[in-house]
Amino acid sequence: MWGTWIVVASVAYLGLLFAIAYYGDRRADRGRSIISNGYVYALSLCVYATSWTYYGSVGRAASTGLGFLPIYLGPTVMVALWWLVLRKILRICKQNRITSLSDFVSSRYGNSTLLGGLVTVIAVVGIVPYISLQLKAISTTFNIMRSPEPTAAASAQDVPLLQDTALYVALLLAAFTILFGTRHLDAAERHEGMVAAIAFESVVKLVAFLAIGCYVTFVLFPGLDGLLDQAAARPDLARLFTFEAAGGYTTWLWLTILSMLAILLLPRQWQVTVVENVDERHVKKAMWLFPLYMLLINVFVLPIAVAGLLTFGDGGTDADAFLLALPLAAEQPALALLVFIGGLSAATGMVIVETIALATMVSNSLVMPILLRWGGALVRRQRLGGLILGIRRTTIVLVLLLGFVYFRLAGDALALVSIGLISFAAVAQFAPAILGGLFWKGATRRGAIAGLVAGFAVWFYTLPLPSLVHAGWLSPAFVADGPFGLGILAPYALFGLAGLDTVSHSMLWSMLVNIGLFVCLSLAARPDPAEHFQAAVFVDVLTRPREGADARLWRGTAAVGELQGLLGRFLGREGAREALTAYGARTGADISPGADAHANLVHHVETLLGGAVGSTSARFMVASVVDEEPLGVREVMEILDETSQVLAYSRALEHKSAELEAATAQLREANVRLQELDRLKDDFVSTITHELRTPLTSIRAFAEILLDNPDLDGQQRESYLRVVVEETERLTRLINAVLDLAKLESGGSQWRLETVDVRQLLETSSQATAQLFRDRQVTLELELGEAVPAVKADRDRVVQVVVNLLSNAVKFSNPITGRVRLGLQVEDGAVRVDVQDNGPGIAVADQGIIFEKFRQGGDTDSGRPAGTGLGLPISREIIVHLGGRLWVDSEPGRGATFSFTLPVADERSAAAMGAETEC
Amino acid sequence: MADDVSTRRVLIVDDEPNIVMSLEFLMRKSGFETSVARDGDAALAEVERFRPDLLLLDAMMPHRDGFEVCQQLRAAGWGDLKIIMLTAKGRETEIAKGLAVGADAYVTKPFSTRDLVDRVTALLAGGG
Repeated sequence: MWGTWIVVASVAYLGLLFAIAYYGDRRADRGRSIISNGYVYALSLCVYATSWTYYGSVGRAASTGLGFLPIYLGPTVMVALWWLVLRKILRICKQNRITSLSDFVSSRYGNSTLLGGLVTVIAVVGIVPYISLQLKAISTTFNIMRSPEPTAAASAQDVPLLQDTALYVALLLAAFTILFGTRHLDAAERHEGMVAAIAFESVVKLVAFLAIGCYVTFVLFPGLDGLLDQAAARPDLARLFTFEAAGGYTTWLWLTILSMLAILLLPRQWQVTVVENVDERHVKKAMWLFPLYMLLINVFVLPIAVAGLLTFGDGGTDADAFLLALPLAAEQPALALLVFIGGLSAATGMVIVETIALATMVSNSLVMPILLRWGGALVRRQRLGGLILGIRRTTIVLVLLLGFVYFRLAGDALALVSIGLISFAAVAQFAPAILGGLFWKGATRRGAIAGLVAGFAVWFYTLPLPSLVHAGWLSPAFVADGPFGLGILAPYALFGLAGLDTVSHSMLWSMLVNIGLFVCLSLAARPDPAEHFQAAVFVDVLTRPREGADARLWRGTAAVGELQGLLGRFLGREGAREALTAYGARTGADISPGADAHANLVHHVETLLGGAVGSTSARFMVASVVDEEPLGVREVMEILDETSQVLAYSRALEHKSAELEAATAQLREANVRLQELDRLKDDFVSTITHELRTPLTSIRAFAEILLDNPDLDGQQRESYLRVVVEETERLTRLINAVLDLAKLESGGSQWRLETVDVRQLLETSSQATAQLFRDRQVTLELELGEAVPAVKADRDRVVQVVVNLLSNAVKFSNPITGRVRLGLQVEDGAVRVDVQDNGPGIAVADQGIIFEKFRQGGDTDSGRPAGTGLGLPISREIIVHLGGRLWVDSEPGRGATFSFTLPVADERSAAAMGAETEC
Repeated sequence: MADDVSTRRVLIVDDEPNIVMSLEFLMRKSGFETSVARDGDAALAEVERFRPDLLLLDAMMPHRDGFEVCQQLRAAGWGDLKIIMLTAKGRETEIAKGLAVGADAYVTKPFSTRDLVDRVTALLAGGG
């Protein structure tokens, strides 16, 4: 029943924290931050006080008196230095969007991903004990609450795994932290809600502590004086107030130094101090608020310790649990519950912030660089945000489980404070690299790496490793006599340096090695250009002007759209667009997607991305988008030269190609013509064959008939023989015509050019055809007019033409009524001859056909007209050759007029006439 | 079809008058009844009227050439009509074409009168 109440109260409290965080985030989204307040900032820094402070200080005080104090003195001193150190750090981180400890170190030393990863690993390993400390506190106090009798705490290792409260605490805290800090990605890695919740829980634990302190001091005991008097009465307690009990100067010194460093270098402290800082000016308030808080929360530690010792004797109750044991023993369960809640608050605050900070480091500085280098496919996914969140959540769970494991192994053996100091010493290893890098431009990456690795190694060997002996994992001989009996390497007394407490011992050696290597290697080699640049950025940050001047001289090409796309993968499309728009509004730069990105914009995108993935990875990614090409004048000239050569060459190629195309086209045309001609030739040959064979058919047929039929009557014989003769003549004419035409067309015929009197020629021709006219009873009229100029022509050929036209006219004229007119005139410098008939005329469609070979016009009832079908083609060929034209003018039913012209021979050529020229 | 088995009818189709004359003599001499058509259209009409048993068909004629006539006749159902195509074109393609359109024989001009008469006789004897 009581146990249930505890659980309910715990869950309720955690729920309250969550609600505050949610509210804080909501307000932040709307731009009305509730944490933009110096008080909230200072309170959030008080997450430094964990259950170590809560329970552990009392425990420590019970054995070492004031020995618990240095842990709080350190930060108080450090705070005085904040105005210098912290402001510088804040400025650097804001300007370069550095969002984690590892990112800071990596960025300072030339964006070294190795360094970032190293810091992350050291941080994770170092913080695991600290986390287990919180788990131990919660589970132990929970157990105490459940069974209030002060019993000797059972060994943690004896509890079966699944019954171990700490496991469930770890899982619960993991879930809670995931809810708190990994709901979305923020470019600046801010968690405003978390900060609000942390500030609240700082108040809760202070109130609870003060409450129990007051109660113990003024209720259980008769006030502070009374308490001190009672303590002084017992010698073992009295000594708690002396200095020796506190451990001596050395211890105090080292502890103070440690805590001075821890207040800055613990990942959770870095997160709330640096990353979550909203305004530099808040630091001022924190500089007095924080020490005040420290004072208040520690003022009752010693009284409670003394009271506990007085109440419980010795050895009965674990001093760490005094805070709870006292109210429980005094029958004040409500107060005990309040104390418990306060302790829960302290522990959860630490766990949440610490693991979130670690998760950020792991995802940005460890996993992302590895993915970028070797997991190319994974990175090309569009929504990397989900991947990163997944990595962080896994880290959170892993870290808590590791804390649990360490708790199982070694948590039982050490007091809370001792465990905590192990972690302090781990993060102290960062000090040379960070503080050195902050003020010394000569610090190099090599130096930092060497220092870190060596310091970490020494730390590991001298603190967490031997603690496993206490857990029973290593033999005690390891601690007592060193590994393999080498006393000189005994973990708690390296090289014989005995007499120091473990932490001081470890710090001494690890710092010696760390700083030593850091300085030596940094001096040994000069920083490379990237480091040098970053060193200047970091060291001179307070003296340099603000952003804008930082953009390097950089010649590269990137389109704004590409950068926007890259941003979009982390901030979402809306986020990317908003970011760019804001930038464009602020600087007036052109942010349209197709525009070239100015160097300053590229730098801005880098810083934006740095918030999400760490500045080193961001630089890597932006570089992959942007092509950076340093160009010198010479290179430009070379490029231009090459370009002009290429241009000239391509022009020549184009020209050639055009020529080739033209040639191809011509060839294609010629081919087509050849094919056409080929076809024509085939047709011609075929037609000729047909034409020649037709008369031959008759000749042969009748010849055979006559041969086979000797007793044919005379008349039949005569008519058949006549046919044979006629067909023979036809055949001959045909052959002659074909040969003639062939010769004319091929230009192989001989031309005898002479001066010709056309008038006289016409008269001759009409006489030649007179018989034809008489036979058909067609009238021939001559209209030859006056004398006409002479022409230069082949007389016989012209006669051939005229005779052809006249015979055609006769053929196609109707007998008796037929009239043919032969006309002669001069026209346009040429002599024109007309042959006009009043026959049936020629349809327009046929007027072209009749000039084709073997084609004859019209279909007469009397069958095919006698004739070769070649007359007109030949005539045209002749006339054209002589420089004239031959055409027909006709309408069906209105006769036809065939006309041809011959150019008049001019004076000069007429004078040169007489010479027989052959073409 | 002729009623009298012995008197076959032959239709001569050609646009050359002299060739027609020679063919007429040959056919009559062989004892066949003849008719003449001078072009493709006339030929089709004459086949209907004269109902010949055999056609001597010139391939090259104006308007409708012999191939068309042959094709048309076959399409019109004159499957039993014997057709001999005569042509001055002797290319193999022409021969194949002629036989393809359904001619029973293809004779190139100038032909042997004896050969032609033999073919005609054979074709007409073979028929029913």
